[in-house]
Amino acid sequence: MAAINRDDVAHLARLAHIEMSDQELDRMAGELAVIVDAVKSVSQAAGDDVPATSHPIPLSNVFREDVVGHTFTAEQALSGAPDSDDNRFKVPAILDED
Amino acid sequence: MSTDTILSFEEAMEKYDPVLGFEVHVELNTRTKMFSSAPNVFGDEPNTNVNEVDLGMPGVLPVVNRTAVESSIKIGLALNCKIAESCRFARKNYFYPDTPKNFQTSQYDEPIAYDGYLDVELEDGTVFRVEIERAHMEEDAGKLTHMGGATGRIHGADFSLVDYNRAGVPLVEIVTKPIQGAGSRAPELAKAYVAAVREIVKNLGVSDARMERGNVRCDANVSLRPHGRERFGIRSETKNVNSLRAVEHAVRYEIQRHAAVLEAGEPVIQETRHWHEDTRTTTSGRAKSDADDYRYFPEPDLVPVVPSREWVEELRASLPEPPAERRKRLKADWGYSDLEFRDVVNAGVLDEIEETIAAGASASVARKWWMGEIVGRAKAADVDPGQLGVQPATIVELATMVEDGKINNKMASQVLDGVLAGEGTPAEIVEKRGLAVVSDDGPLLEAIDAALAAQPDVADKIRGGKVQAIGAIVGGVMKATRGQADAGRVRELILEKLGVTA
Repeated sequence: MAAINRDDVAHLARLAHIEMSDQELDRMAGELAVIVDAVKSVSQAAGDDVPATSHPIPLSNVFREDVVGHTFTAEQALSGAPDSDDNRFKVPAILDED
Repeated sequence: MSTDTILSFEEAMEKYDPVLGFEVHVELNTRTKMFSSAPNVFGDEPNTNVNEVDLGMPGVLPVVNRTAVESSIKIGLALNCKIAESCRFARKNYFYPDTPKNFQTSQYDEPIAYDGYLDVELEDGTVFRVEIERAHMEEDAGKLTHMGGATGRIHGADFSLVDYNRAGVPLVEIVTKPIQGAGSRAPELAKAYVAAVREIVKNLGVSDARMERGNVRCDANVSLRPHGRERFGIRSETKNVNSLRAVEHAVRYEIQRHAAVLEAGEPVIQETRHWHEDTRTTTSGRAKSDADDYRYFPEPDLVPVVPSREWVEELRASLPEPPAERRKRLKADWGYSDLEFRDVVNAGVLDEIEETIAAGASASVARKWWMGEIVGRAKAADVDPGQLGVQPATIVELATMVEDGKINNKMASQVLDGVLAGEGTPAEIVEKRGLAVVSDDGPLLEAIDAALAAQPDVADKIRGGKVQAIGAIVGGVMKATRGQADAGRVRELILEKLGVTA
Protein backbone atom coordinates (compact mmCIF):
# COMPACT_ATOMS: atom_id res chain seq x y z
CA MET A 1 0.00 0.00 0.00
CA ALA A 2 1.35 3.43 -0.96
CA ALA A 3 2.48 5.79 1.78
CA ILE A 4 -0.29 8.38 1.46
CA ASN A 5 -1.80 8.88 4.86
CA ARG A 6 -4.34 11.24 6.27
CA ASP A 7 -1.65 13.73 7.39
CA ASP A 8 -0.26 13.93 3.86
CA VAL A 9 -3.65 14.81 2.49
CA ALA A 10 -4.23 17.40 5.22
CA HIS A 11 -0.84 18.94 4.39
CA LEU A 12 -1.66 19.16 0.68
CA ALA A 13 -5.06 20.61 1.42
CA ARG A 14 -3.42 23.32 3.53
CA LEU A 15 -0.94 24.14 0.77
CA ALA A 16 -3.75 24.39 -1.74
CA HIS A 17 -5.94 26.49 0.57
CA ILE A 18 -8.67 23.85 0.38
CA GLU A 19 -10.83 23.26 3.42
CA MET A 20 -11.56 19.57 3.91
CA SER A 21 -13.68 17.83 6.52
CA ASP A 22 -12.42 14.85 8.55
CA GLN A 23 -14.50 12.48 6.46
CA GLU A 24 -13.13 13.96 3.24
CA LEU A 25 -9.57 13.59 4.48
CA ASP A 26 -10.16 9.96 5.40
CA ARG A 27 -11.81 9.14 2.10
CA MET A 28 -9.19 11.02 0.03
CA ALA A 29 -6.29 9.32 1.81
CA GLY A 30 -7.71 5.94 0.86
CA GLU A 31 -8.43 6.94 -2.75
CA LEU A 32 -5.07 8.58 -3.37
CA ALA A 33 -3.24 5.57 -1.99
CA VAL A 34 -5.03 3.35 -4.51
CA ILE A 35 -4.24 5.76 -7.36
CA VAL A 36 -0.55 5.93 -6.46
CA ASP A 37 -0.40 2.16 -6.31
CA ALA A 38 -1.95 1.95 -9.74
CA VAL A 39 0.60 4.36 -11.22
CA LYS A 40 3.38 2.53 -9.46
CA SER A 41 2.65 -0.58 -11.46
CA VAL A 42 4.40 1.12 -14.40
CA SER A 43 7.71 0.53 -12.66
CA GLN A 44 7.14 -3.20 -12.92
CA ALA A 45 7.18 -2.89 -16.70
CA ALA A 46 10.36 -0.76 -16.85
CA GLY A 47 13.54 -2.70 -16.31
CA ASP A 48 16.77 -1.41 -14.78
CA ASP A 49 17.98 -0.45 -18.25
CA VAL A 50 15.23 2.15 -18.66
CA PRO A 51 16.26 5.51 -17.13
CA ALA A 52 13.75 7.75 -15.45
CA THR A 53 12.42 10.40 -17.78
CA SER A 54 10.07 13.34 -17.68
CA HIS A 55 9.48 13.23 -21.43
CA PRO A 56 8.38 10.25 -23.49
CA ILE A 57 9.56 11.80 -26.77
CA PRO A 58 13.30 12.38 -27.37
CA LEU A 59 12.98 16.05 -28.29
CA SER A 60 15.09 18.97 -27.12
CA ASN A 61 15.69 22.64 -27.91
CA VAL A 62 12.20 23.55 -29.03
CA PHE A 63 12.54 27.31 -29.18
CA ARG A 64 10.53 30.32 -30.27
CA GLU A 65 12.13 33.35 -31.88
CA ASP A 66 11.92 36.51 -29.78
CA VAL A 67 9.20 38.14 -31.88
CA VAL A 68 6.12 39.79 -30.42
CA GLY A 69 2.88 37.97 -31.15
CA HIS A 70 -0.70 38.54 -30.12
CA THR A 71 -1.94 39.94 -26.83
CA PHE A 72 -5.30 40.34 -25.18
CA THR A 73 -6.91 43.66 -24.42
CA ALA A 74 -7.45 44.28 -20.72
CA GLU A 75 -11.17 43.64 -21.28
CA GLN A 76 -10.44 40.26 -22.86
CA ALA A 77 -7.94 39.39 -20.15
CA LEU A 78 -10.45 40.19 -17.45
CA SER A 79 -13.48 38.65 -19.17
CA GLY A 80 -13.31 35.48 -17.10
CA ALA A 81 -12.40 37.13 -13.82
CA PRO A 82 -14.92 36.81 -10.98
CA ASP A 83 -14.13 40.39 -9.97
CA SER A 84 -12.01 43.24 -11.28
CA ASP A 85 -11.25 46.87 -10.65
CA ASP A 86 -9.23 49.46 -12.55
CA ASN A 87 -8.40 46.97 -15.34
CA ARG A 88 -6.89 44.60 -12.82
CA PHE A 89 -7.96 41.30 -11.30
CA LYS A 90 -9.47 41.81 -7.87
CA VAL A 91 -8.64 39.11 -5.34
CA PRO A 92 -9.17 38.69 -1.61
CA ALA A 93 -6.21 39.86 0.47
CA ILE A 94 -4.11 36.90 1.48
CA LEU A 95 -2.46 37.55 4.79
CA ASP A 96 0.89 36.46 6.10
CA GLU A 97 2.46 35.72 2.76
CA ASP A 98 4.84 37.79 0.77
CA MET B 1 5.71 47.24 14.00
CA SER B 2 8.03 45.86 16.61
CA THR B 3 11.42 47.36 17.17
CA ASP B 4 14.26 44.91 17.51
CA THR B 5 17.10 45.20 19.93
CA ILE B 6 20.34 45.55 18.07
CA LEU B 7 23.97 45.46 19.02
CA SER B 8 26.44 48.01 17.74
CA PHE B 9 28.10 46.81 14.56
CA GLU B 10 31.53 46.90 16.20
CA GLU B 11 30.43 44.75 19.11
CA ALA B 12 28.68 42.32 16.76
CA MET B 13 31.90 41.99 14.80
CA GLU B 14 33.93 41.43 17.93
CA LYS B 15 31.83 38.44 18.89
CA TYR B 16 30.58 36.97 15.64
CA ASP B 17 31.61 36.05 12.13
CA PRO B 18 29.01 36.82 9.45
CA VAL B 19 28.18 34.46 6.59
CA LEU B 20 26.28 35.89 3.62
CA GLY B 21 24.37 34.50 0.70
CA PHE B 22 22.57 36.25 -2.14
CA GLU B 23 19.84 35.47 -4.59
CA VAL B 24 19.82 38.08 -7.28
CA HIS B 25 16.98 38.08 -9.80
CA VAL B 26 17.77 39.66 -13.15
CA GLU B 27 14.94 40.55 -15.53
CA LEU B 28 16.04 40.02 -19.10
CA ASN B 29 15.30 42.70 -21.70
CA THR B 30 14.04 40.35 -24.40
CA ARG B 31 11.29 41.64 -26.63
CA THR B 32 8.91 38.91 -25.51
CA LYS B 33 8.30 36.81 -22.44
CA MET B 34 10.00 33.59 -21.38
CA PHE B 35 7.30 31.22 -22.58
CA SER B 36 4.87 33.40 -24.54
CA SER B 37 5.07 35.88 -27.39
CA ALA B 38 3.46 38.68 -25.36
CA PRO B 39 5.66 41.80 -25.13
CA ASN B 40 8.08 42.27 -22.26
CA VAL B 41 7.55 45.99 -21.68
CA PHE B 42 7.61 47.95 -18.44
CA GLY B 43 4.97 50.51 -17.53
CA ASP B 44 2.18 49.70 -19.97
CA GLU B 45 -1.53 49.70 -19.11
CA PRO B 46 -2.34 46.82 -16.72
CA ASN B 47 -3.15 43.43 -18.24
CA THR B 48 -2.47 44.47 -21.84
CA ASN B 49 0.84 42.61 -22.30
CA VAL B 50 -0.70 39.23 -21.69
CA ASN B 51 -2.08 36.34 -23.68
CA GLU B 52 -3.48 32.94 -22.85
CA VAL B 53 -0.10 31.50 -21.82
CA ASP B 54 0.62 34.27 -19.29
CA LEU B 55 -2.86 33.93 -17.83
CA GLY B 56 -2.45 30.17 -17.42
CA MET B 57 -5.53 29.24 -19.38
CA PRO B 58 -6.36 25.56 -19.70
CA GLY B 59 -4.68 23.66 -22.52
CA VAL B 60 -2.11 26.30 -23.47
CA LEU B 61 1.46 25.31 -24.22
CA PRO B 62 4.53 27.37 -23.32
CA VAL B 63 7.41 27.67 -25.82
CA VAL B 64 10.88 28.76 -24.69
CA ASN B 65 12.27 32.08 -25.94
CA ARG B 66 15.57 31.37 -27.72
CA THR B 67 16.99 34.81 -26.97
CA ALA B 68 16.25 34.37 -23.26
CA VAL B 69 18.23 31.12 -23.28
CA GLU B 70 21.10 32.88 -25.04
CA SER B 71 21.05 35.70 -22.49
CA SER B 72 21.03 33.17 -19.66
CA ILE B 73 24.05 31.37 -21.12
CA LYS B 74 25.85 34.71 -21.50
CA ILE B 75 25.19 35.55 -17.86
CA GLY B 76 26.44 32.11 -16.85
CA LEU B 77 29.62 32.54 -18.89
CA ALA B 78 30.24 36.06 -17.55
CA LEU B 79 29.98 34.58 -14.04
CA ASN B 80 32.58 31.97 -14.96
CA CYS B 81 30.02 29.18 -14.69
CA LYS B 82 29.87 25.82 -16.41
CA ILE B 83 26.98 25.61 -18.86
CA ALA B 84 24.83 22.50 -18.53
CA GLU B 85 25.07 19.94 -21.31
CA SER B 86 21.37 19.43 -20.81
CA CYS B 87 18.89 21.02 -18.45
CA ARG B 88 15.16 21.11 -17.93
CA PHE B 89 12.44 23.25 -16.44
CA ALA B 90 10.44 22.42 -13.35
CA ARG B 91 7.20 23.55 -11.79
CA LYS B 92 7.43 25.29 -8.45
CA ASN B 93 3.96 24.88 -7.03
CA TYR B 94 2.38 27.48 -4.78
CA PHE B 95 -0.94 29.18 -4.44
CA TYR B 96 -0.80 32.93 -4.52
CA PRO B 97 -2.50 35.35 -6.91
CA ASP B 98 0.78 36.62 -8.41
CA THR B 99 0.81 33.51 -10.58
CA PRO B 100 -2.40 32.60 -12.38
CA LYS B 101 -1.07 29.09 -13.09
CA ASN B 102 -0.58 28.15 -9.42
CA PHE B 103 3.01 27.35 -10.24
CA GLN B 104 6.08 29.22 -11.41
CA THR B 105 8.00 27.66 -14.27
CA SER B 106 11.57 27.55 -13.03
CA GLN B 107 14.57 25.24 -12.96
CA TYR B 108 15.25 23.02 -9.97
CA ASP B 109 17.67 20.12 -10.19
CA GLU B 110 19.19 21.12 -13.53
CA PRO B 111 20.10 24.83 -13.74
CA ILE B 112 21.48 26.08 -17.05
CA ALA B 113 24.65 27.45 -15.37
CA TYR B 114 26.49 26.31 -12.24
CA ASP B 115 29.79 26.39 -10.35
CA GLY B 116 31.07 29.86 -11.16
CA TYR B 117 32.63 32.79 -9.37
CA LEU B 118 32.78 36.55 -9.50
CA ASP B 119 35.74 38.61 -8.37
CA VAL B 120 34.31 41.64 -6.62
CA GLU B 121 36.40 44.73 -6.11
CA LEU B 122 35.85 46.66 -2.89
CA GLU B 123 36.31 50.42 -2.75
CA ASP B 124 39.92 50.28 -1.62
CA GLY B 125 40.81 47.89 -4.42
CA THR B 126 40.68 44.67 -2.38
CA VAL B 127 39.38 41.83 -4.53
CA PHE B 128 37.02 39.33 -2.91
CA ARG B 129 35.99 36.16 -4.74
CA VAL B 130 32.30 35.24 -4.47
CA GLU B 131 31.51 31.67 -5.47
CA ILE B 132 28.42 31.22 -7.62
CA GLU B 133 26.34 28.13 -6.90
CA ARG B 134 24.04 28.41 -9.91
CA ALA B 135 22.18 30.65 -12.31
CA HIS B 136 18.86 29.33 -13.48
CA MET B 137 16.08 30.42 -15.83
CA GLU B 138 12.58 31.17 -14.63
CA GLU B 139 9.71 33.58 -15.10
CA ASP B 140 8.63 36.64 -13.15
CA ALA B 141 5.29 36.84 -11.35
CA GLY B 142 2.48 39.37 -11.69
CA LYS B 143 2.33 42.53 -9.63
CA LEU B 144 -0.03 42.74 -6.67
CA THR B 145 -1.20 46.04 -5.22
CA HIS B 146 -2.72 45.70 -1.78
CA MET B 147 -5.69 47.96 -1.30
CA GLY B 148 -7.60 49.24 1.69
CA GLY B 149 -6.74 48.54 5.29
CA ALA B 150 -5.48 50.96 7.84
CA THR B 151 -1.82 51.07 6.86
CA GLY B 152 -1.91 50.11 3.22
CA ARG B 153 0.48 47.31 4.07
CA ILE B 154 -0.56 43.77 3.39
CA HIS B 155 -1.54 43.02 6.98
CA GLY B 156 -4.36 45.52 6.89
CA ALA B 157 -5.33 45.01 3.25
CA ASP B 158 -8.92 44.30 2.31
CA PHE B 159 -8.22 43.12 -1.22
CA SER B 160 -5.50 43.09 -3.84
CA LEU B 161 -5.42 44.13 -7.48
CA VAL B 162 -3.36 42.05 -9.88
CA ASP B 163 -1.60 43.10 -13.07
CA TYR B 164 -0.13 40.20 -15.03
CA ASN B 165 1.96 42.27 -17.45
CA ARG B 166 5.08 41.19 -15.57
CA ALA B 167 3.96 37.54 -15.35
CA GLY B 168 6.20 35.47 -17.58
CA VAL B 169 8.95 38.07 -18.02
CA PRO B 170 12.23 36.12 -18.32
CA LEU B 171 14.31 36.02 -15.16
CA VAL B 172 17.71 34.63 -14.34
CA GLU B 173 18.20 33.90 -10.66
CA ILE B 174 21.83 33.96 -9.56
CA VAL B 175 22.54 32.12 -6.32
CA THR B 176 25.83 32.39 -4.45
CA LYS B 177 27.46 29.76 -2.29
CA PRO B 178 27.78 30.81 1.37
CA ILE B 179 30.16 33.76 1.47
CA GLN B 180 32.61 33.42 4.35
CA GLY B 181 35.50 35.51 5.55
CA ALA B 182 34.15 38.97 4.72
CA GLY B 183 34.20 39.94 8.40
CA SER B 184 33.40 43.57 9.07
CA ARG B 185 33.43 44.28 5.36
CA ALA B 186 30.32 42.12 4.86
CA PRO B 187 27.94 45.08 4.30
CA GLU B 188 30.37 46.70 1.85
CA LEU B 189 30.88 43.40 0.05
CA ALA B 190 27.12 42.91 -0.20
CA LYS B 191 26.75 46.22 -1.99
CA ALA B 192 29.78 45.64 -4.18
CA TYR B 193 28.58 42.16 -5.19
CA VAL B 194 25.15 43.34 -6.29
CA ALA B 195 26.73 46.32 -8.05
CA ALA B 196 29.09 43.97 -9.90
CA VAL B 197 26.26 41.67 -11.00
CA ARG B 198 24.24 44.65 -12.15
CA GLU B 199 27.18 46.01 -14.07
CA ILE B 200 27.83 42.66 -15.74
CA VAL B 201 24.28 42.14 -16.97
CA LYS B 202 24.14 45.74 -18.18
CA ASN B 203 27.45 45.35 -19.96
CA LEU B 204 26.23 42.13 -21.60
CA GLY B 205 23.20 44.06 -22.82
CA VAL B 206 20.87 41.32 -21.55
CA SER B 207 19.04 43.45 -18.98
CA ASP B 208 18.15 47.11 -18.58
CA ALA B 209 19.54 46.59 -15.06
CA ARG B 210 17.50 49.42 -13.54
CA MET B 211 17.10 48.58 -9.89
CA GLU B 212 14.42 51.22 -9.35
CA ARG B 213 12.28 49.34 -11.87
CA GLY B 214 12.99 45.98 -10.30
CA ASN B 215 15.16 44.75 -13.19
CA VAL B 216 17.70 43.61 -10.59
CA ARG B 217 16.36 42.46 -7.23
CA CYS B 218 18.26 41.07 -4.31
CA ASP B 219 17.37 38.72 -1.48
CA ALA B 220 20.09 38.83 1.17
CA ASN B 221 20.79 35.92 3.53
CA VAL B 222 22.67 36.65 6.72
CA SER B 223 23.77 34.37 9.53
CA LEU B 224 26.26 34.71 12.35
CA ARG B 225 28.49 32.20 14.08
CA PRO B 226 30.94 32.69 16.93
CA HIS B 227 34.49 33.26 15.70
CA GLY B 228 36.26 29.98 15.10
CA ARG B 229 33.16 27.88 14.69
CA GLU B 230 32.72 26.14 11.36
CA ARG B 231 29.01 25.36 11.50
CA PHE B 232 26.79 28.12 10.13
CA GLY B 233 24.28 29.87 12.32
CA ILE B 234 20.60 30.09 11.47
CA ARG B 235 19.95 32.56 8.68
CA SER B 236 17.36 35.14 7.88
CA GLU B 237 16.44 36.06 4.33
CA THR B 238 15.73 39.73 3.71
CA LYS B 239 13.58 39.99 0.61
CA ASN B 240 13.54 42.52 -2.18
CA VAL B 241 16.32 44.80 -1.12
CA ASN B 242 16.20 46.85 -4.24
CA SER B 243 18.90 49.48 -4.19
CA LEU B 244 22.63 49.17 -3.72
CA ARG B 245 22.56 51.34 -0.63
CA ALA B 246 19.72 49.29 0.84
CA VAL B 247 21.67 46.05 0.33
CA GLU B 248 24.53 47.43 2.40
CA HIS B 249 22.23 48.75 5.11
CA ALA B 250 20.08 45.62 5.28
CA VAL B 251 23.07 43.34 5.74
CA ARG B 252 24.50 45.61 8.41
CA TYR B 253 21.17 45.76 10.23
CA GLU B 254 20.63 42.00 10.14
CA ILE B 255 24.14 41.41 11.52
CA GLN B 256 23.39 43.76 14.40
CA ARG B 257 19.97 42.21 15.04
CA HIS B 258 21.22 38.62 14.95
CA ALA B 259 24.04 39.53 17.31
CA ALA B 260 21.59 40.96 19.83
CA VAL B 261 19.38 37.85 19.62
CA LEU B 262 22.37 35.56 20.13
CA GLU B 263 23.74 37.70 22.97
CA ALA B 264 20.39 37.36 24.71
CA GLY B 265 20.86 33.59 24.52
CA GLU B 266 17.96 33.16 22.14
CA PRO B 267 17.86 31.26 18.85
CA VAL B 268 17.68 33.19 15.61
CA ILE B 269 14.44 32.35 13.85
CA GLN B 270 14.79 31.17 10.29
CA GLU B 271 12.42 33.52 8.53
CA THR B 272 11.80 35.98 5.78
CA ARG B 273 12.46 39.62 6.72
CA HIS B 274 11.06 42.69 5.03
CA TRP B 275 13.33 45.67 4.46
CA HIS B 276 12.02 49.15 5.25
CA GLU B 277 13.91 51.91 3.54
CA ASP B 278 12.36 54.66 5.69
CA THR B 279 13.49 53.30 9.05
CA ARG B 280 16.42 51.26 7.70
CA THR B 281 15.23 48.24 9.62
CA THR B 282 13.77 44.84 8.82
CA THR B 283 10.62 43.31 10.20
CA SER B 284 9.57 39.71 10.45
CA GLY B 285 7.81 38.32 7.40
CA ARG B 286 6.80 34.75 7.75
CA ALA B 287 8.62 31.86 9.33
CA LYS B 288 9.85 29.07 7.09
CA SER B 289 7.11 26.51 7.39
CA ASP B 290 5.45 23.75 5.48
CA ALA B 291 4.09 26.47 3.18
CA ASP B 292 7.56 26.31 1.59
CA ASP B 293 6.82 22.84 0.30
CA TYR B 294 6.88 23.65 -3.40
CA ARG B 295 6.59 20.06 -4.65
CA TYR B 296 8.87 20.69 -7.62
CA PHE B 297 8.48 18.31 -10.50
CA PRO B 298 9.75 18.33 -14.09
CA GLU B 299 7.68 20.58 -16.37
CA PRO B 300 5.89 18.16 -18.70
CA ASP B 301 5.02 20.83 -21.28
CA LEU B 302 8.62 21.83 -22.06
CA VAL B 303 11.37 19.69 -23.53
CA PRO B 304 14.96 19.84 -22.24
CA VAL B 305 17.32 22.63 -23.29
CA VAL B 306 20.51 21.11 -24.67
CA PRO B 307 22.95 23.89 -25.54
CA SER B 308 25.45 22.57 -28.09
CA ARG B 309 29.09 23.22 -27.24
CA GLU B 310 29.38 25.14 -30.52
CA TRP B 311 26.58 27.46 -29.47
CA VAL B 312 28.13 28.00 -26.04
CA GLU B 313 31.55 28.76 -27.54
CA GLU B 314 30.00 31.11 -30.08
CA LEU B 315 28.35 33.01 -27.25
CA ARG B 316 31.54 32.99 -25.21
CA ALA B 317 33.42 34.52 -28.15
CA SER B 318 30.79 37.25 -28.43
CA LEU B 319 31.04 38.39 -24.80
CA PRO B 320 32.14 41.99 -24.26
CA GLU B 321 35.20 42.80 -22.17
CA PRO B 322 34.34 42.33 -18.48
CA PRO B 323 33.73 45.71 -16.75
CA ALA B 324 36.48 45.24 -14.15
CA GLU B 325 39.09 44.44 -16.81
CA ARG B 326 37.93 47.33 -18.92
CA ARG B 327 38.40 49.73 -16.02
CA LYS B 328 41.90 48.44 -15.41
CA ARG B 329 42.77 48.90 -19.08
CA LEU B 330 41.29 52.40 -19.34
CA LYS B 331 43.02 53.61 -16.19
CA ALA B 332 46.38 52.47 -17.56
CA ASP B 333 45.68 53.92 -21.03
CA TRP B 334 44.59 57.29 -19.73
CA GLY B 335 47.29 57.66 -17.10
CA TYR B 336 44.91 58.97 -14.43
CA SER B 337 45.88 58.78 -10.78
CA ASP B 338 43.92 56.40 -8.50
CA LEU B 339 41.97 59.32 -7.11
CA GLU B 340 41.25 60.88 -10.50
CA PHE B 341 40.06 57.56 -11.88
CA ARG B 342 37.88 56.78 -8.89
CA ASP B 343 36.24 60.20 -9.17
CA VAL B 344 35.54 59.57 -12.85
CA VAL B 345 34.00 56.16 -12.06
CA ASN B 346 31.93 57.54 -9.20
CA ALA B 347 30.70 60.41 -11.34
CA GLY B 348 29.51 57.84 -13.89
CA VAL B 349 31.29 59.37 -16.88
CA LEU B 350 33.61 56.51 -17.82
CA ASP B 351 31.79 55.80 -21.10
CA GLU B 352 31.55 59.49 -21.92
CA ILE B 353 35.24 60.11 -21.39
CA GLU B 354 36.11 57.04 -23.43
CA GLU B 355 33.95 58.31 -26.30
CA THR B 356 35.42 61.80 -26.05
CA ILE B 357 38.95 60.43 -26.25
CA ALA B 358 37.92 58.26 -29.18
CA ALA B 359 36.62 61.41 -30.87
CA GLY B 360 40.09 62.95 -30.66
CA ALA B 361 40.46 64.65 -27.27
CA SER B 362 43.43 63.93 -25.03
CA ALA B 363 42.76 62.00 -21.82
CA SER B 364 43.42 65.05 -19.66
CA VAL B 365 41.24 67.36 -21.78
CA ALA B 366 38.40 64.83 -21.73
CA ARG B 367 38.61 64.53 -17.95
CA LYS B 368 38.84 68.31 -17.50
CA TRP B 369 35.67 68.87 -19.52
CA TRP B 370 33.58 66.08 -18.06
CA MET B 371 34.64 66.44 -14.43
CA GLY B 372 35.19 70.20 -14.44
CA GLU B 373 32.32 71.42 -16.58
CA ILE B 374 29.66 68.83 -17.32
CA VAL B 375 29.29 66.87 -14.06
CA GLY B 376 28.51 70.06 -12.15
CA ARG B 377 25.91 71.17 -14.70
CA ALA B 378 24.31 67.70 -14.58
CA LYS B 379 24.13 67.84 -10.81
CA ALA B 380 22.45 71.25 -10.99
CA ALA B 381 19.95 69.88 -13.50
CA ASP B 382 19.51 66.71 -11.39
CA VAL B 383 20.25 64.35 -14.28
CA ASP B 384 23.03 61.89 -15.10
CA PRO B 385 25.96 63.59 -16.88
CA GLY B 386 25.39 61.45 -19.97
CA GLN B 387 21.79 62.64 -20.16
CA LEU B 388 22.76 66.25 -20.79
CA GLY B 389 23.42 65.23 -24.37
CA VAL B 390 26.90 66.71 -24.74
CA GLN B 391 28.45 65.15 -27.84
CA PRO B 392 32.10 64.05 -27.79
CA ALA B 393 32.63 66.04 -31.00
CA THR B 394 31.46 69.21 -29.23
CA ILE B 395 34.10 68.81 -26.55
CA VAL B 396 36.79 68.14 -29.15
CA GLU B 397 35.72 71.27 -31.05
CA LEU B 398 35.76 73.42 -27.91
CA ALA B 399 39.12 72.07 -26.79
CA THR B 400 40.60 72.70 -30.24
CA MET B 401 39.39 76.30 -30.24
CA VAL B 402 40.99 76.88 -26.85
CA GLU B 403 44.25 75.27 -27.98
CA ASP B 404 44.32 77.40 -31.11
CA GLY B 405 43.81 80.50 -28.99
CA LYS B 406 40.52 81.36 -30.70
CA ILE B 407 38.70 81.44 -27.39
CA ASN B 408 39.84 81.20 -23.79
CA ASN B 409 38.62 78.73 -21.17
CA LYS B 410 36.09 81.12 -19.75
CA MET B 411 34.55 81.67 -23.16
CA ALA B 412 34.61 77.95 -23.90
CA SER B 413 32.50 77.40 -20.80
CA GLN B 414 30.02 79.99 -22.07
CA VAL B 415 29.95 78.32 -25.46
CA LEU B 416 29.13 75.01 -23.77
CA ASP B 417 26.18 76.72 -22.08
CA GLY B 418 25.12 77.88 -25.53
CA VAL B 419 25.37 74.35 -26.93
CA LEU B 420 23.28 72.99 -24.04
CA ALA B 421 20.73 75.75 -24.63
CA GLY B 422 20.43 74.56 -28.22
CA GLU B 423 21.97 77.63 -29.83
CA GLY B 424 23.96 75.58 -32.32
CA THR B 425 27.47 74.23 -32.78
CA PRO B 426 30.40 75.77 -30.88
CA ALA B 427 31.58 77.56 -34.04
CA GLU B 428 28.12 79.02 -34.60
CA ILE B 429 27.84 80.17 -31.00
CA VAL B 430 31.29 81.79 -31.04
CA GLU B 431 30.19 83.65 -34.16
CA LYS B 432 26.74 84.60 -32.85
CA ARG B 433 27.91 85.68 -29.43
CA GLY B 434 31.00 87.34 -30.86
CA LEU B 435 33.20 85.51 -28.42
CA ALA B 436 36.46 85.09 -30.33
CA VAL B 437 39.70 86.18 -28.66
CA VAL B 438 40.97 89.05 -30.80
CA SER B 439 44.54 88.13 -31.61
CA ASP B 440 44.61 89.51 -35.14
CA ASP B 441 46.67 92.71 -34.88
CA GLY B 442 44.60 94.59 -37.48
CA PRO B 443 41.48 95.22 -35.40
CA LEU B 444 43.72 95.77 -32.33
CA LEU B 445 45.73 98.50 -34.03
CA GLU B 446 42.53 100.30 -34.99
CA ALA B 447 41.31 100.12 -31.41
CA ILE B 448 44.71 101.32 -30.14
CA ASP B 449 44.70 104.30 -32.50
CA ALA B 450 41.22 105.20 -31.31
CA ALA B 451 42.22 104.85 -27.64
CA LEU B 452 45.35 106.99 -28.09
CA ALA B 453 43.37 109.66 -29.95
CA ALA B 454 40.78 109.69 -27.21
CA GLN B 455 43.40 110.25 -24.48
CA PRO B 456 46.20 112.31 -26.07
CA ASP B 457 47.52 113.44 -22.67
CA VAL B 458 48.04 109.86 -21.55
CA ALA B 459 49.79 109.11 -24.84
CA ASP B 460 52.15 112.00 -24.21
CA LYS B 461 52.95 110.77 -20.69
CA ILE B 462 53.88 107.35 -22.07
CA ARG B 463 56.03 108.92 -24.76
CA GLY B 464 57.67 110.88 -21.99
CA GLY B 465 58.69 107.67 -20.22
CA LYS B 466 55.76 107.26 -17.79
CA VAL B 467 55.10 103.70 -18.99
CA GLN B 468 52.86 102.87 -15.99
CA ALA B 469 50.22 105.19 -17.48
CA ILE B 470 49.71 102.61 -20.24
CA GLY B 471 46.96 100.94 -18.17
CA ALA B 472 44.45 103.59 -19.20
CA ILE B 473 45.07 102.95 -22.91
CA VAL B 474 45.01 99.15 -22.50
CA GLY B 475 41.76 99.56 -20.58
CA GLY B 476 40.30 101.57 -23.43
CA VAL B 477 41.26 98.93 -25.96
CA MET B 478 39.83 96.12 -23.84
CA LYS B 479 36.61 98.05 -23.45
CA ALA B 480 36.37 98.63 -27.18
CA THR B 481 36.94 94.93 -27.92
CA ARG B 482 34.54 93.86 -25.15
CA GLY B 483 37.26 92.05 -23.27
CA GLN B 484 38.21 89.82 -26.15
CA ALA B 485 41.67 91.16 -26.80
CA ASP B 486 44.82 89.60 -25.46
CA ALA B 487 45.87 92.31 -22.98
CA GLY B 488 49.56 91.40 -23.15
CA ARG B 489 49.62 91.77 -26.92
CA VAL B 490 47.76 95.11 -26.68
CA ARG B 491 50.45 96.45 -24.36
CA GLU B 492 53.23 95.39 -26.73
CA LEU B 493 51.51 97.03 -29.68
CA ILE B 494 50.94 100.32 -27.82
CA LEU B 495 54.59 100.54 -26.81
CA GLU B 496 55.65 99.70 -30.37
CA LYS B 497 53.33 102.33 -31.75
CA LEU B 498 54.65 105.03 -29.41
CA GLY B 499 58.27 103.96 -29.97
CA VAL B 500 58.87 103.31 -26.29
CA THR B 501 60.79 100.37 -24.90
CA ALA B 502 59.42 99.24 -21.62
